[in-house]
Amino acid sequence: MRKTMPETAIAIRGLTKAFGRNAVLRGIDLDLPAGQVTVLMGANGAGKSTLVKVLCGVHRADSGEVRLEGRPFAPASPAAALRAGVVTVHQNINDGVVPDLDVASNLLLDALAERRDIFLNTRAMREEARRIAAAVGLEIDVTRPVAGLTLADRQLVAIARALALRPKLLILDEPTSSLSLTEAQRLFALVDRLRDEGVAILYISHRMSDIRRLADRIVSMRDGQISGLSETKPLDYAGAVRAMLGHEITEVDIAIPPHGRPVLEARGLRLRAETQAFDLVLREGEVVAITGLVGSGKSELAAVLFGLLPPVAGRLTLDGRDFAPGSPGQAVSAGVFLSAKDRRTNAVIPDFDIQKNLTLPFTRRYSGLLSLMRRAAERAAAERAIADMGVVCQGPRDAIMTLSGGNQQKVVVGRWLAEASRLLILDEPFQGVDIQARRDICRRIRDSAAARATLVLCAEIDEALEVADRILVMSEHRLAGSHRNEDIDLNLLMAQVAGTLAGAAESMEEPA
Amino acid sequence: MKPETSLADLAIRYGFLLLMAGLVVVFAIARPAFVSPQSAVFILQSVAITGILALGVTATLVVDGFDLSIGAVATSAMMLSAYVMVVWEMGAVAAVVLCLVLGAVVGLINGLLIVKMRVPDLLATLGMMFLLVGLQRIPTEGNSISTGMVLSDGRNATGTFAPEFLMLGRYRIDFILPDLVPLSVVFLLAIAVLVWVFLEKTRHGRVMYAIGSNAQASALAGINVAGYRVLAYVISGVMASIGGILLSARLGRGDVASGNNLLLDSVAAALIGFAVLGAAKPNAFGTAVGALFVGILLQGLTMLNAPYYTQDFIKGAVLVVALVFTFALSGRSGRARG
Repeated sequence: MRKTMPETAIAIRGLTKAFGRNAVLRGIDLDLPAGQVTVLMGANGAGKSTLVKVLCGVHRADSGEVRLEGRPFAPASPAAALRAGVVTVHQNINDGVVPDLDVASNLLLDALAERRDIFLNTRAMREEARRIAAAVGLEIDVTRPVAGLTLADRQLVAIARALALRPKLLILDEPTSSLSLTEAQRLFALVDRLRDEGVAILYISHRMSDIRRLADRIVSMRDGQISGLSETKPLDYAGAVRAMLGHEITEVDIAIPPHGRPVLEARGLRLRAETQAFDLVLREGEVVAITGLVGSGKSELAAVLFGLLPPVAGRLTLDGRDFAPGSPGQAVSAGVFLSAKDRRTNAVIPDFDIQKNLTLPFTRRYSGLLSLMRRAAERAAAERAIADMGVVCQGPRDAIMTLSGGNQQKVVVGRWLAEASRLLILDEPFQGVDIQARRDICRRIRDSAAARATLVLCAEIDEALEVADRILVMSEHRLAGSHRNEDIDLNLLMAQVAGTLAGAAESMEEPA
Repeated sequence: MKPETSLADLAIRYGFLLLMAGLVVVFAIARPAFVSPQSAVFILQSVAITGILALGVTATLVVDGFDLSIGAVATSAMMLSAYVMVVWEMGAVAAVVLCLVLGAVVGLINGLLIVKMRVPDLLATLGMMFLLVGLQRIPTEGNSISTGMVLSDGRNATGTFAPEFLMLGRYRIDFILPDLVPLSVVFLLAIAVLVWVFLEKTRHGRVMYAIGSNAQASALAGINVAGYRVLAYVISGVMASIGGILLSARLGRGDVASGNNLLLDSVAAALIGFAVLGAAKPNAFGTAVGALFVGILLQGLTMLNAPYYTQDFIKGAVLVVALVFTFALSGRSGRARG
């Protein structure tokens, strides 16, 4: 199925990489032809970043072979990869620039690091820098410090710096994630030019509009393997998304409850200035899942409902009354709870034991005169939550960091299930947990759902199918579809996730 | 994952208390007078002011902040109280109230600089320290304040320190022996208990520890993180002003030369507190023990006629050892258990 191309820049065969017992890359075979843009898609944890890190010399593969223009390529360090002609512009833009230095120094950084002379010839440096900047269409005063530039200009500096090295392979890791539309257009024009010059480009992105604009081929990754490849026009976008998300249908036994009264209603809600408005109604007793790619707007929706972010437009009501929380504290008092994603940064209090982690949002309920904590009441609540969630531990005073990931997740999700709420939002509640923990958390969410509205945000469609009565699809910061969780048309759902249906496709035509 | 009590665990937990007990024994053998009630009271009195300041800075350490302005707040409060009574000729109550207000306002400004203006805590409080060190000398053109001093308009200041005010620093309560326990020691003990209860037993303390451990997760749990951060600096400011009041009452004058060691001694006490009972975090009990430890050490060395310049050296050495106890040892055993 793989075409043999004479001008293959990079050929990867049987690449594997494991961290401890965790196999992240499990036999990758991939060709990256010169003069083409290969888009790489994959959910979190699919192994994209590890693959990139092997190619750019941060990690070494355990086995397998990479050939760069026919010669074996196994860079021992990022500097070695750069010298060999593999250039990476990372997602975190400040990895690519030194903010305190001026543009000229940044553009010549790699050359500076290699040089032996002590004093710098400033004038010659600036000349050289201007030449490099002009080559990428960056019209800028090279004596300005990078810290004063816009994000887009910083990124162009990082790319220009990369291009000064005459790359054979350019890896762009989610380069448009923080760019405006016009800034992205400028980047696309640059990518077009590099493609014409014969550079192989590996473009990692979840933005369907970017992908439609740039892709010559789409490669999907899932669980450390290549799960899909589309390289004949017209490219199969929905197929690529399907290959990336997969959907082994698990045994789902969902009994959809009767229609409850509306708890949360959103009318004319807009999450970003340039995106479309949508309506959303969440009813008592139902569990609604919202699925969509990374960056489709799920987390922004959660942020608006929890008072972290004001909506661009639209009106929210909770139980018929206006609802416009100004802070998480106000949202919690109104009965809207959010169990945030990324438990390490957003949920776990590492110095606390299980009990204190469980009761954190509701200390007021377990304190009495002079705000003194009522130990017995707190302990009883913690023991109840531990039993309800099935947390495996010796007791409520165990330190949270001694628990496995799945049990930590049970604690931080259980924190919000322990008290009655009107609307419970769970952002990626199954993130980084094993299958048993996922079942336990799922069961607990459904068992307790009767007296509230529940909104679960998850990128994995399997998870949505396992937990929800109704599945909504989010794409480009608006709702793109709604499905009752019985006999779902998965192809339609996947197409909505990929944004290849109605509306989204019209504005972004493929270049001929 | 069974908690085994290895020797290292025991050392981390009780090592510092053992070290302190050992010190007492050594000093007691060398100088039997060391274990008299008078000596104990003297030690407590010597650490009363730094102990109170240290308890305040502990509150800021709990929310993962730091307050470098406490020494300057204390000396500013001292100068203010002297100015209020000597120049403005007002009473003890006015002096105390104004000093407490000064501490609260400085703490509030520190907190707002850090929370609203996003100035890093060390820099904000360092700036405040410089500002206060200068400000407290402006009204008297750099001179100390005492009754009879010459004012800028040529008159002599006629006000005096109110006797009730001086009592705060000098009065002694009959306890076992007549005139044994100074009032300032009572203040230290009362404040230590209050701060301990506040941090360990109330929900506010609980939430402040949560903020210090993971501020973002705390905010997402609906906690008013900015409000509690500001509160911590207000607590620190008020504690420092109480320390300043006691200093002023003990000296009986607004002395521009005193209070130089307040900042370093109290920060040392709070950091030594990390090591007590293997807490590895700021805590009120540890801070009180840390202050006591420094007091015992210095009193013992003084009684052994150690020269004054060795005392700073030994204080520093103790601090380093305490930090090793806290971070290197407890960190290693933590990894081994995980």
